[in-house]
Amino acid sequence: MSGAFTKSTARNIFYGGSVFFFLLLVVLTFDTMKSLPKRDHRENITPQVVLGKKLWEDHNCIGCHTLMGEGAYFAPELANVYDRFGQSTEAIVAFIQSRPAEGVPGRRSMPQFNMSTEELEAVAAFLKWTSEIDDANWPPNIQG
Amino acid sequence: MQYQSQSVAKLYFIAAIALFVAQILFGLIMGLQYVMGDFLFPEIPFNVARMVHTNALIVWLLMGFMGAAYYMVPEEAERELHSPKLAIALFWIFLAAAGATVLAYLTINYADLARLTGNDLLPTMGREFLEQPTIIKIGIVVVALGFLFNIGMTILKGRKTTINLVMLVGLVGLAVFFLFSFYNPTNLVQDKYFWWWTVHLWVEGVWELILGSMLAYVLIKTTGVDREVIEKWLYVIIAMALITGILGTGHHFYWIGTPEYWQIVGSVFSAMEPIPFFMMTLFAFNMVNARRREHPNKAAVLWALGTGVMAFLGAGVWGFLHTLSPVNYYTHGSQITAAHGHMAFYGAYVMIVLTMISYAMPLMRGRAGANSNKAQVVEMWSFWLMTVSMVFITLFLTGAGILQVWLQRYSDSPLPFMEVQEKIAIFYWMREYTGLVFLAGLVLYIISFFVKGEEKAA
Repeated sequence: MSGAFTKSTARNIFYGGSVFFFLLLVVLTFDTMKSLPKRDHRENITPQVVLGKKLWEDHNCIGCHTLMGEGAYFAPELANVYDRFGQSTEAIVAFIQSRPAEGVPGRRSMPQFNMSTEELEAVAAFLKWTSEIDDANWPPNIQG
Repeated sequence: MQYQSQSVAKLYFIAAIALFVAQILFGLIMGLQYVMGDFLFPEIPFNVARMVHTNALIVWLLMGFMGAAYYMVPEEAERELHSPKLAIALFWIFLAAAGATVLAYLTINYADLARLTGNDLLPTMGREFLEQPTIIKIGIVVVALGFLFNIGMTILKGRKTTINLVMLVGLVGLAVFFLFSFYNPTNLVQDKYFWWWTVHLWVEGVWELILGSMLAYVLIKTTGVDREVIEKWLYVIIAMALITGILGTGHHFYWIGTPEYWQIVGSVFSAMEPIPFFMMTLFAFNMVNARRREHPNKAAVLWALGTGVMAFLGAGVWGFLHTLSPVNYYTHGSQITAAHGHMAFYGAYVMIVLTMISYAMPLMRGRAGANSNKAQVVEMWSFWLMTVSMVFITLFLTGAGILQVWLQRYSDSPLPFMEVQEKIAIFYWMREYTGLVFLAGLVLYIISFFVKGEEKAA
């Protein structure tokens, strides 16, 4: 690097650039937060959906599954599982309920979480609400 | 080693390596579960193994960063550490918290752990990488504050070098952005949005400052190149890292319910994120070529050069591969992501911590310049075994990812997730075998510490 470009020039670019782009991120964040209500349908976040999200977290579902593509890649995507299961929360409840406690020989299997019917319905309600978020048409198809 | 208090770093480095071993063992367990689904089920389900694998990685890298700071900050500041006792106390608190967390993951049902640790009061658990009980997160903040106080006071009272200031800015940023882990709104979209403020602004933001600072320090020490030159490079690299990386956060906001303009912002800025990593490679090679002395620690120089190259490949090239939104539409959350994650973390953060350990450990063990040539040869073998096997792990996961994207997302008749997993199992097997080679490299790495003798200072 030539003599005209000094260490203090480089330092100023670092501090100036970082502050500028961080402020830009903050501005875009405000704009994003303002436009979210139209996309996330928060009017549908019922106490049941809130409970469902809490249970989703308390059972570490993200440790195997992805949700909107984020998480672990060991088990299927779940942001669209409501649609994949024929838009049926009952099918989601039945699937989680029927997992064998000792697993399936030689295959991946979801643990048996021993949740109550009320809890299972809350998880299904959370997944149904998630499936309705406007996420720019991701995933590309029903298989997730 | 010029200051006695630098030696507190040794504790941190030893614990880091121990957790590194745990991370790799649980990685191998998960790798096997990918192809033998019932392995260790239901005793250690995949999600538990994954928590240990990822959390051990994060904690050992933090241990490595802290150890590095305790080693280099006093020397740069030209004075003893403000409080070595505080550094030692915080080490044991941090280690106990990390150990308790891992044990709890392995012995207690996660939902019970959430209940027992009061997750209902302030729910922060059950989100990727932030699975630690809330009380442990608070403990991490306390340790970080004590650590920053100790490092900050040392810098404040001593010589203020660019390397120290950049390290401090990076570490303060690390602590500040971790605070977003306590924000968990009930609205999933907002939850995800601010989750990235911890995760992305760490690894593609402030951690790069820590990485740059550590690399610059080791290069000054091993090459003897003029400090002014090295510090100018450092500023340019971290300037590019944050200028591209801050808005590069947008590449996580394509498909989580956020507005479509993020597809443009995220694509443009994250496409430039390889630039600082490429500059790191140029930096390392140029400084070593322009060296004014032959440092006897050749292994440390090898690690430093390796960091530049592998960080560029893993974070830069493999990141770019799937960062443009039209591509990411198909690759998002696939084995392509896993491939990138593995080589980026290894190349950037694992290797820089191992670079610092390689440089500092012989000096802390009272050796004049470096380990014996024999020890260095063993260490360099471990470098090649781990690095080459990580390249192959990445290639196998990339192969798995390309097929997965094709079969599940792109072809005319997309197949269900589990059917695709079975079709690509061969790649998972090859990844697992390569993982065993990585483990062999790690064992060799540990053996290298027990090879006796020393080389004189240059």
